[in-house]
Amino acid sequence: MHVVVCIKQVPDTTNVRINPETNTLIRAGVASIVNPFDMYAIEEAVRIKEKLGGKVTVLTMGPPQADAVLREAIAMGADAGILVSDRAFAGSDTWATSYTLAAAIRKIGDYGIIICGKQASDGDTAQVGPGIATHLNLPQVTYVRKIDEIAGDHLVAERMLDEGSEVIDCPVPCVLTVVKELNEPRLPSLRGKMAAKKAELVQWAAKDLECDPKGLGLDGSPTKVVRIFTPPPRGGGQVLGGEAEESVRSLVDKIKDAVIAAAR
Amino acid sequence: MAEEPIKIIAEKCVGCSLCVKACPFEAVAVDNKLAAVDLLKCTLCGACVQACRFDAIEMRAKTAGQQDLSLYRDVWVFAEHCEGKVNTVTYELLGKGRKLADDLGMDLCAVLLGKDIKDRANDLIARGADKVYLVDRPELEYFQDEIYSNVLIEVVNKYKPNIFLCGATTVGRSLASRVAVKVHTGLTADCTGLDIDPATKNLVQTRPAFGGNIMAAIITPNHRPQMATVRHKVMKEAVADAGRSGRVFSEKIGEDLLKSLAKRVRFEKDTSTTVNIADADIIVSGGRGLLKPESFLVVRELADVLGAAVGASRAAVDAGWIPYSHQVGQTGKTVCPKIYFACGISGQIQHLAGMSSSDIIVAINKDPDAPIFKSATYGIVGDVLKVVPLLTAEFRKILKK
Repeated sequence: MHVVVCIKQVPDTTNVRINPETNTLIRAGVASIVNPFDMYAIEEAVRIKEKLGGKVTVLTMGPPQADAVLREAIAMGADAGILVSDRAFAGSDTWATSYTLAAAIRKIGDYGIIICGKQASDGDTAQVGPGIATHLNLPQVTYVRKIDEIAGDHLVAERMLDEGSEVIDCPVPCVLTVVKELNEPRLPSLRGKMAAKKAELVQWAAKDLECDPKGLGLDGSPTKVVRIFTPPPRGGGQVLGGEAEESVRSLVDKIKDAVIAAAR
Repeated sequence: MAEEPIKIIAEKCVGCSLCVKACPFEAVAVDNKLAAVDLLKCTLCGACVQACRFDAIEMRAKTAGQQDLSLYRDVWVFAEHCEGKVNTVTYELLGKGRKLADDLGMDLCAVLLGKDIKDRANDLIARGADKVYLVDRPELEYFQDEIYSNVLIEVVNKYKPNIFLCGATTVGRSLASRVAVKVHTGLTADCTGLDIDPATKNLVQTRPAFGGNIMAAIITPNHRPQMATVRHKVMKEAVADAGRSGRVFSEKIGEDLLKSLAKRVRFEKDTSTTVNIADADIIVSGGRGLLKPESFLVVRELADVLGAAVGASRAAVDAGWIPYSHQVGQTGKTVCPKIYFACGISGQIQHLAGMSSSDIIVAINKDPDAPIFKSATYGIVGDVLKVVPLLTAEFRKILKK
């Protein structure tokens, strides 16, 4: 089984702080990490390889420095990394991004399962995984939290819906998008780290992909950002003092009407 | 290659660095009194163009599409339902959709897919739909990614809506992405604001990014329909009026579009909660401050009395106190209830990303410096195990439970 994992480099928000005066993110010194949901995708791909044999290829689209996330995935057990990078991709929305990644996956050729994190922590769209599936005319299972069974030509996976969970039997090749509950991502081994350091990554530009230039970057993106702004701050909260009984009573007075209106 | 999508006009740039400060992506730098954009980091969001006081940054207009946009009419809403019960987000979309349709002088339409579902069409009309496009087939009994998207692509191509809205639910997000790719149009995820630009008649879609720390206004200028998924609980539900009338169009769909490669084996309704957190008007969440799994009971008791859903911080989920489906925040769910109780939750930025758009936030934490108090509407500094039961008792009296 050749598993392809699509990953994204995102800013590490764990240590992000907000500048209280300007209400903007303090970005200085913020490191870049593998998108948290993609870690579960990488881990699952490596587990599939360990069980069934085959190989794991990680794929990312981004600036040249995004090679760091490919190396991190290799340290966890992935076999090969491909960086899709070109100035022509600038301004890609989810349509163009999924188009570009689909073209890269087509070039990889012998793919079986394609795994993506549910969504990236910077854009939060959850659109690229299903977008890749659609560009490649593949079935999809989104929000996967458990894979029950994988054989050569199909898999059985459990996905999380808002109302409950659904078990789906899906032929391979297919696209899965995965959530946190799926597994516990491993720490890279020393051997993995060595392999990551030495790995020769493949880099593809727009000209290496079989695709219509009109589908790339700005021109390939139907959406356009017209304005970007920081939301107004929520306004300093009101802390209700006094003894527990007293503060609870004053809280109840303040929220009583809203609670009665909303309570079921 | 095409002309650079964004460029600095060297004669106009004074090197003032306003653009550097404005850029949310650290893609602009000033070197030797001249700004330069790193295209590999730039998302062409235009923040620097707005910030520049010297008109020194120009963004190339996108190559216009080939579509004749005037052919696209009406505002469509995808009527999501589970086991025949229409999801409340559908009524919220109809509420907002009515306003958008009126602003445009167009009709509001719902598209309803299901099995033995035609009675629900009247509910949608009562909530404001002028037309309902109905596809009633056994294959559509429950959501299936491939079949549902095939059907929607077919009816969208046939009727050409101007705007098409879906709930930003797990179903809506899985479905809308497939439709948008196939009909080749723009899709904006998880919108919290939708308005018509009076000048261009474009749909202006506002959505949070970076966990809510940045808001972006997005348009789809050259493609139709303008598609968006919309966050639960942000828009007001349309009020039902049984006296309204509307038309129902029953659509015939080719058999080949009703086949799916992926097949449902079984579906298990989540019975651990009576209320789905994404759909709840009140959420009571617990975090690390509860200290031990048994303490989660105080959170559940308050939720029971209020008829609220139970949420949790990542710490509580990772400790195994409650299943992942209850996790609120960046690696969990984004929620927007009327009232959010954060009990023993410190308020890490990842948690705030999932709940900061709630109408009222109540925080209870023993640490007066916990960041949650900065986002809370009301805060109580104290022991959750003491304060929460007191609250439960008060509300039990008020709600007579």
